[in-house]
Amino acid sequence: MPKLTIDGNEIEVEAGYSVLQACEAAGIEVPRFCYHERLSISGNCRMCLVEMERAPKLIASCSMPVGDGMVIHTKTDKVVEARASVMEFLLINHPLDCPICDQGGECDLQDQAVAYGLGTSRFTEHKRSVQDKGDYGPIVKTEMTRCIHCTRCIRFTHQVTGTAELGGIGRGDHMEVSTYVGKAINSELSGNLVDLCPVGALTSKPFAFSARSWELKPTESIDVFDAVGSNIRIDTRGGEVMRILPRLNEDVNGEWIGDKTRYAMDGLKRQRLDKPYVRRDGKLVPVSWDEAFNTIADKLKGMDGKKIGAIAGDQADCESMIVLKDLMASLGSTNVDCRQDGSKVDAGVRAGYTFNSTIAGIDEADAILLIGTNLRWEAPVVNARIRERYYRGGLKVAVIGEALDLSYPYEHLGTSPGDFKKITGGKDDFSKTLKAAKKPMVIVGAGALARADGADVLGGVRKIAESRGMVKEGWNGFNVLHTAASRVGGLDLGVVPGNNGKDVQGILEGAASGDIEAVYLLGADEIDTAKLDKTFVIYQGSHGDAGAACADVVLPGTAYTEKSGTYVNTEGRVQRGLRAAFPRGEAKEDWAIIRALSDALGKSLPYSSLGDVRNRMSEVNPIFNDYDGLQAAEWSDFGGTGEPSSEALVSPIENYYMTDPISRVSQTMAECTEAFINPEQQKTGTNG
Amino acid sequence: MSGVSQTVEQPESFVFTDETMAKAKEVLAKYPEDRKESAVMPLLDLAQRQHNGWLPIAAMDYVAGICEMAPIKVYEVASFYTMYNRTPVGENHVQICTNISCWLKGSDKIVDAAKEVLGVGFGQTTEDNKFTLSEVECLGACVNAPMMQINDDFYEDLDSSSTKAIFEALKKGEQPKTGPQGDRVGCQPAGGLTSLKEQANA
Repeated sequence: MPKLTIDGNEIEVEAGYSVLQACEAAGIEVPRFCYHERLSISGNCRMCLVEMERAPKLIASCSMPVGDGMVIHTKTDKVVEARASVMEFLLINHPLDCPICDQGGECDLQDQAVAYGLGTSRFTEHKRSVQDKGDYGPIVKTEMTRCIHCTRCIRFTHQVTGTAELGGIGRGDHMEVSTYVGKAINSELSGNLVDLCPVGALTSKPFAFSARSWELKPTESIDVFDAVGSNIRIDTRGGEVMRILPRLNEDVNGEWIGDKTRYAMDGLKRQRLDKPYVRRDGKLVPVSWDEAFNTIADKLKGMDGKKIGAIAGDQADCESMIVLKDLMASLGSTNVDCRQDGSKVDAGVRAGYTFNSTIAGIDEADAILLIGTNLRWEAPVVNARIRERYYRGGLKVAVIGEALDLSYPYEHLGTSPGDFKKITGGKDDFSKTLKAAKKPMVIVGAGALARADGADVLGGVRKIAESRGMVKEGWNGFNVLHTAASRVGGLDLGVVPGNNGKDVQGILEGAASGDIEAVYLLGADEIDTAKLDKTFVIYQGSHGDAGAACADVVLPGTAYTEKSGTYVNTEGRVQRGLRAAFPRGEAKEDWAIIRALSDALGKSLPYSSLGDVRNRMSEVNPIFNDYDGLQAAEWSDFGGTGEPSSEALVSPIENYYMTDPISRVSQTMAECTEAFINPEQQKTGTNG
Repeated sequence: MSGVSQTVEQPESFVFTDETMAKAKEVLAKYPEDRKESAVMPLLDLAQRQHNGWLPIAAMDYVAGICEMAPIKVYEVASFYTMYNRTPVGENHVQICTNISCWLKGSDKIVDAAKEVLGVGFGQTTEDNKFTLSEVECLGACVNAPMMQINDDFYEDLDSSSTKAIFEALKKGEQPKTGPQGDRVGCQPAGGLTSLKEQANA
């Protein structure tokens, strides 16, 4: 490892570090604009200049690799003067419209101008102004006069999203960052451009002119729009959620989040359930909590537990699920299920329903087989991780399922489980690639397991994993990618049918046939509610969606931003989000509603605080003791042994921007659908 | 000028003719199979020559397809180099150098003469679509300054009258003398050689 001296202190860093990284390791701040940890080095802003002994000129520390015996100075007059000059140059064409710029307060240019700039300008000529050409779509707002040409956004669209929309058009003083043809940025990760931009050139359109960064109160939380469990920061002002930003977690989302995670939050203000309702004469009328509970108690008391079913939705937190399960048990019902899509995953074997290799494991994988998943829509940050891995070289990808644009090239092996034979047969090229790979990986999508023959598909994938050496000492490449944030947590807590219990399909069919007389929906909206016509339906949730429409009693619950909740992501990582805002109107935290209802039913559950509920979770499954931790699951038999049908595998998501009650009512998501999904569907649908 | 000009009518599609395609294949053959991007500049030139001296978006997209690169990367290249025209040009693309050497040697007069004869300013095309006038940076013929380039030919050692004569000839459809307009040979000193007059004895 090379040793170098920085500002008189000797430091030893890993070979391959840049001087800038070494300075950071030594705790010395080096200003920069174009350098970004996750993008290639471009070295064009010149802000990171430092002095290196025996070099004739200052060096750009971001692009100079460390060498043994280097002597670096970062605080000499020469460096200070150079930084001031670079700042002066950058500000020549910058409009200095900070008072009306949304970046104000969290702007790298502003901060560094204060810290390293001259404070005055000698420039008396006309400043250049840039006309905004075209519209980048509903998410990114442009003000290209503010651009300092760091090219981070260009590198992002080429390297991370792979959509390659942005480029540097023209040259010299006329250089402009643009799409040239004026198209929108069609990527599920486009919101990250706003974070990347060190100035106010790219800002958030939905957030435009709504708040200043210093007015916001940040709360750490976990995203629930997919099963990745991206770490997020919820910024609130006066109890209102103003925006959502990613939080750095190298093991999960890095520092990216998908656009739905970031922008669906305006759906939190619409169609909210803010008081209890009871259906009277076919109409839902607002009532008090007591009335609502009494209505439920009148109906359920004396009812045979076998005639009651409960379904937990995709965004339910673990706390409310365990309390619901316990309530159902106290009523004598084993008809509980957290798999509202009808997934056939087996709750008995944890390795059979988690992303065993971990998301960070993608960085080490050298061959990946994707089965029945549209990664770009089901988990955009995981897809970006695969692309990043592909970009480094030495990764081969193959797909069984829909042939979609995943932003990296892959071999298309087939469309249905019938094509599994190509892999297990061992004759196909990719089959050999997997066998030869050091860390091969298979990722099976939630849609593939939610089919009627889902168990057999799962069994088939297990066979692939076992026969291709994916499960071995120190590496388990068998991965299930869920789409529901609640799924793994629900399976870990055993929120699945108990002895003789009915699963989601059983409950729905029972409801249609009359075997089930009451159904409790915990935020479950993506089910066939037509089958619940004859049944007494209790809907607990945050939004007036399909579930509430068919309900007889509506209990206003909370959205993920309004409660402290535990979620287990697709890897099996237990994570906890904190409450950022208060529940709407008379709404209450979900676990507390079920706890209060248990009193009304005369089956009081022994939980008086969130802590009690969490103790109960740990009791049911000890993994809940270990927050943020990840435990390797033991490999054993799971899945069906039958031959899956040769029906084509399809992703469960038809529209990335609208998958759940929150995003379905979000204005921004509606605009994105209009801009990106509808034109595509018209193109492939009516025009062939 | 960095964006797509709103006033230019862009053709719907563009494809190489068989003749151009044959040339394109020769170019592509010079680079390895997985380095097709390297051929982008000569292919853009071929496209421009085929399409009356300018590159519509369709042509850039077509070249991007052949070179297997993102269209935006082709737009970057085409907008970086002044030799690629992204708006239509007349039959004769007149590019007058006004960089330091030519300027010192009187390029202002050449510009005036051109504007006078052609009746258009920089960036404009004559009504009969015969001439487009452009101001360019150094074209590398400083020794014979001032100079201009018309399509592929250099015209050097210009003065006001020789410039006008060139335009008049082109208007009549004649091919004027290219290179130095005086009696200078190539880029030898004006007025004949001053040294190295004889072949040295080997």
